[in-house]
Amino acid sequence: MTEPTASEPRATEEATAPATEATTVVPAQTRSGMTAASSLPAVPEAEVKRATVRGWFGRQPWPVRAVFVLIFVVLAYLLPYIGNVPVIGPQIVTQGIDWPSALFDMSYFVLLALGLNVVVGFAGLLDLGYVGFFAVGAYTVALLTSPDSVFNTKLAWLAAVPVAIVVALLSGLILGWPTLRLRGDYLAIVTLGFAEIIRITADSTPNFLRGDRGFGGIPHPPGNKADGSAIFGVRDATPYFWLGLSIIILVILAIRNLDRSRVGRSWLAIREDEEAAEIMGVRTVKFKLWAFAIGAAVGGFGGVMFAGEQGFMNSSTFQLQFSILVLAGVVMGGSGNMAGAILGGALISYIPDRLRGISDPLTHTDLFQWRFALFGVVIIVIMILRPQGIIPSRRRAMELKDRAKEAAPQ
Amino acid sequence: MNFSGLFHNLGPLTITGLAQGAIIALFALGYTLVYGVLRLINFAHSEVFMVGTFAALYTWGFFGLDQNSPTPSLGGVIGYMLIGLAAAIVVSGATALLVEFVAYRPLRRRNAPPLAFLITAIGASLAISSTVGVFTHQNIKGVPPLIRPATVVHIGNTVITNLQILIIVLALGLMYGLDRFVNHTRLGRGIRAVAQNPDSAALMGVNKGRVISLVFLIGGLMAGIAAVMYVLKIGDTKFDSGFNLGIEAFTAAVLGGIGNLRGALLGGLVLGVAENYVSGVFGTQWHTAGAFVILIVILMFLPTGLLGESLGRARA
Repeated sequence: MTEPTASEPRATEEATAPATEATTVVPAQTRSGMTAASSLPAVPEAEVKRATVRGWFGRQPWPVRAVFVLIFVVLAYLLPYIGNVPVIGPQIVTQGIDWPSALFDMSYFVLLALGLNVVVGFAGLLDLGYVGFFAVGAYTVALLTSPDSVFNTKLAWLAAVPVAIVVALLSGLILGWPTLRLRGDYLAIVTLGFAEIIRITADSTPNFLRGDRGFGGIPHPPGNKADGSAIFGVRDATPYFWLGLSIIILVILAIRNLDRSRVGRSWLAIREDEEAAEIMGVRTVKFKLWAFAIGAAVGGFGGVMFAGEQGFMNSSTFQLQFSILVLAGVVMGGSGNMAGAILGGALISYIPDRLRGISDPLTHTDLFQWRFALFGVVIIVIMILRPQGIIPSRRRAMELKDRAKEAAPQ
Repeated sequence: MNFSGLFHNLGPLTITGLAQGAIIALFALGYTLVYGVLRLINFAHSEVFMVGTFAALYTWGFFGLDQNSPTPSLGGVIGYMLIGLAAAIVVSGATALLVEFVAYRPLRRRNAPPLAFLITAIGASLAISSTVGVFTHQNIKGVPPLIRPATVVHIGNTVITNLQILIIVLALGLMYGLDRFVNHTRLGRGIRAVAQNPDSAALMGVNKGRVISLVFLIGGLMAGIAAVMYVLKIGDTKFDSGFNLGIEAFTAAVLGGIGNLRGALLGGLVLGVAENYVSGVFGTQWHTAGAFVILIVILMFLPTGLLGESLGRARA
């Protein structure tokens, strides 16, 4: 999928039409029909500073930006109490599922979207089996901590965390090493196969990964409140959401640094043109492996969190639809942009949850059964309105503009 | 592990595998045709197949047939078969065109990045399968036994039934016809031209939009026929029947070389037989896993599949 599709060259005649959605970062003059050659050079500074929220934000001095980020983070931590906000609060909270649990679900979907964004958005590798790494993380925790496990080690949750992340990372390397030579869609089907193999193995090894019966008694994260009761209990999911949010922030910082390093630039080069990158001395297989391993580790982390909150898990969690949903979130939010991935990841969990417990006025049935049908329609509408995603990556948007002006591929 | 079982049942496993593979191959055509022309994975194709199974089911139901009705006479069987096939073809073809019109055409006009197409396809797939799921209450629906499997050929322990012969012959015939169509007709030349270079084709007077619709339509027709064969062979269907078989069909398309018609046939047959052998040795629950392992191994040595990518030799 990373190769230009046959449909792209169409833009040669349509790049000038007002219909192009990607114009958020494109100078106004291009729309009125400039020739390709004159608009190819780097985008002039003036237009980056267009009157968009992001443009405005980028122009502020760093203390101002830091304050805004801080306010945003504090607000994110206060999300469990949004139901108390008059008027809009009750509209936002979910009804059929308690709001902190819905928030926790969103948090691990966001974590997965961030990890997948490294693979798909940064390095441009289409991964359809991302749930496989989620499963590896979750199963490693289950095997190490659950009393149902054949190993019978019964470790604490916290002790299993680093092991699970390392195992997930290794599984990324093991899958990536033989397969990263494959391009685009071939890689997609192989990753899909990997996730299916893991699920089938879980289903078919009743004593080891225990299929449907699953693992019970997976311990929760440690810690006690002042009154001696556990912080991470079964009643209230709020602490889990805070834990998830904290992990998300750490992961964002780590990925951001990586993206701005030599590794990130190599990913960019690979995504743009693998052959050219190779010729320029970028060790493509090495950096693709990096992307895969980091994506896998983050996905494994998501699995660790999931197992720690649920306390029980079985093979039915790791359906293929799960990976496809996360991929839809990443692309819908804006592939290659972390803010987009976060928004997309949150939406894919929030929309179906929000539809829970709402009665359909026509048939008086729960709208929940229609959640995926409605969700599918929402995905189509969003992608048609914003083909680059809700918050497009500026760089990618420019790349695409650029590519649209090139002659037809091959 | 049961290698002696595989050896003793090699014949039966091969025959049932070929029949299953023929259905997969017909299904895989939709993926490979669309990929060959548009270079995108038509994820919604699995639902095109699924609605075909229900179209046949409800058409037979309309004529008063259900899973408990007796097998009709030969004339009745032929009549019902044709009606079922017609219904499945029409509904699947229409669904394929609808998906193209709703999910792909607007994006093409907006020059969207390739991944956007994949995501709208996923959206369409979700919407269609869960809508059918709601209407059928996610139940398994039984299909009238139009064709009772009867042994036609008997060699050693290898038994070939009438249904298996029908499926394999039909699939081979359709493949041959489609191959002729793509390589020897004016419309087929249009398809190959668009696959090779859409802009040049458009400059030469090929109506690109129409060719793309045609490709979706052909994929839908083949999926409709595959759907009828599938329900006759399996005996029931469900709202998610397309998804699981679709994964196998897509695997088959990639195995044979995606974008390559003959590759889809070869990939489907190889996959069907290989899955059966894996089931014979390791047990049925492993059959999809085995298929993926085989796929990964083959792709490691032949990175573009068994026959390589090309739509009617358009892409060398």
